[in-house]
Amino acid sequence: METNNTKFQSRIDEGEFVEPKDDMPDAYRNHLIRQMSQHAHSEVIGMQPEGNWISRAPSLRAKQILLAKIQDEGGHGLYLYSAAETLGITRSEMINQLHSGKAKYSNIFNYPALTWADIGAIGWLVDGAAIVNQISLQRTSYGPYSRAMVRICKEESFHQRQGYEIMAKMMKGTKEQQEMAQDAMNRWWWPALMMFGPHDSDSPHSSDAFKWKIKREGNDELRQKFIDKTVQQAEVIGLTIPDKELKWNEKKNIYDHGEIDWNEFHQVINGNGPCNKQRMEHHIKYHEEGAWVREAAEAYKKRKQNIENLTTASI
Amino acid sequence: MKKQEALYDYALRLGDNSLVLGHRLAELCSKGPILEEDLALTNMALDHIGRAQAFLGYAAQVEGKNKTADDLAYKRGERSFYNNLIMELPDKDFASTIARQLIVSAFEFFLYTELMKSKDETIAAISAKAVKEVRYHLAHSSDWTCRLGEGTELSHTKMQRAINDVWMFTEELFEMNEVDKLLIKEGIAVDLDSLKPQWLNHIKEVIEEATLVLPESGYMQTGSRKGIHTEYLGHILSEMQYLQRAYPTAQW
Amino acid sequence: MATDTQLDLWEVFIQPKSGNRYAHAGSIHASDKKMAIQNARDIYTRRGEGTSIWVVPSNCIIASNPNDEDMLFEPSNDKVYRHPTFYEMPEGAKNI
Repeated sequence: METNNTKFQSRIDEGEFVEPKDDMPDAYRNHLIRQMSQHAHSEVIGMQPEGNWISRAPSLRAKQILLAKIQDEGGHGLYLYSAAETLGITRSEMINQLHSGKAKYSNIFNYPALTWADIGAIGWLVDGAAIVNQISLQRTSYGPYSRAMVRICKEESFHQRQGYEIMAKMMKGTKEQQEMAQDAMNRWWWPALMMFGPHDSDSPHSSDAFKWKIKREGNDELRQKFIDKTVQQAEVIGLTIPDKELKWNEKKNIYDHGEIDWNEFHQVINGNGPCNKQRMEHHIKYHEEGAWVREAAEAYKKRKQNIENLTTASI
Repeated sequence: MKKQEALYDYALRLGDNSLVLGHRLAELCSKGPILEEDLALTNMALDHIGRAQAFLGYAAQVEGKNKTADDLAYKRGERSFYNNLIMELPDKDFASTIARQLIVSAFEFFLYTELMKSKDETIAAISAKAVKEVRYHLAHSSDWTCRLGEGTELSHTKMQRAINDVWMFTEELFEMNEVDKLLIKEGIAVDLDSLKPQWLNHIKEVIEEATLVLPESGYMQTGSRKGIHTEYLGHILSEMQYLQRAYPTAQW
Repeated sequence: MATDTQLDLWEVFIQPKSGNRYAHAGSIHASDKKMAIQNARDIYTRRGEGTSIWVVPSNCIIASNPNDEDMLFEPSNDKVYRHPTFYEMPEGAKNI
């Protein structure tokens, strides 16, 4: 066992990809199952806050774009469930884990989409943060995960532009639209920063994740990347970042920023957020309501297979 | 009635059908029985909303009052919509969705196949694109009708009930008035009477294969040709048009 | 809790253009061939990524074993993934 793990580690150190049938430590497998399934769950749960505004999208173009975006999120969830299944867990099991609370999803989707401007903020900030993380994950050591990330990154950039365009349009619009946009900014900025997770020093699974090249960059590093690129985008359209301590640091060439409210982060991640209960109830409800459909498809398949078998048997 | 007025009404009808049906399908997002089906339904919603934009855009152009597709979609009231009633029915469950999709997709398949030959170039072009999309919608709903009809006892019951419930909205799809009469003479519109036997034939085939029973034709709902709808349309419009009506001077 | 079905696992291969090779794109769930092709189209060709699609039930794929030393072909180890649902369980068997 020890020799095998050493062999595995040297493959990682050499920069090789790990594929589904390769020998791998159980801990590596389990870490990935947890990470990939939670990533998949996040994409699917994320369909809900944005889905809240499809019926009220204010133009035919906006409606199509939003629908296409949410469809992409669903598709991303699918790619990730597929990648996770290569490690020996089924989609059924993953869904059970989501419903029981054993598996989590990204905290950000426990916040409500209150106005149309929230759709802009979500596309721009939430997808923007996700992109920073996902670009980094393209170089993750597990082959199927890396390939899913490459696919997702190709599709993701349209999402961020969609959100930013909504904000930009509103900032050029009426006073009410501008206020709506700034209000959404004020509510989504800090939760978006929390998407990168706790400080690396407070991260429980970090060291293994780095050792196995599952994780390629640290939480704080990625968070800083996001802040530095987004501040300028906000300035261009006239939005104010709701952080009084935000300041350009000439020496380090980065933005210094205020401290995140980690109490809020932990409260929400442990179930005490605005939408935790609602998101889960929605997912469970439609899963249960759809059971008869899935059973029907399964029964139909068996019926047709039996007919096929009888036909070949009689030849 | 002048040709321009008739053409405007005709384009509006086709646009409204896609607008309302697209809206209903979009509502199903994140509510599908399995993730793959969520994406399939959303795909179809996108096809319809795109088609709505095309037809309403054409209607606005024909009207000649400098309006846009959005103006027509977001600023008309309940009595000015000309979609068939079947489009505005709520999705009670997956069976009711599939039943409606089967009826409508079959109708649209035969409609757009003929409308591709319209002497009106714009209508012909939109129809040519629509045929490709509808072929897929029809395959999807036909296949699911069979799966549910021949699946479990429960799915069979639900599917039969769904077909029964939607049947009284089918005749209206083939209703014609002076708009159609005028445009058929011009070679622009399709004689819907000629489509009915083809449509019925296809529905019969699928229903029989699914081991379901074709409902007996009884009372048929009507009214949309005159802008008289079900109570559902008002609620659809309240949601759809909310932002544009709440902020009338804003651009989105 | 009753066992839920999420249907079966299929692998999807896409040919980007006539003349190109088919490349593995990922997997989908479906219960029959028609559903599998339609789902593959909806999931993997939304951006016009391909002209032709192959779908294969995952348990029909035979995969080689990455261990070089293992020259013997092990039927029990020839599934493409270590997937528990490839193995048929007798009805009524619990906790498995």
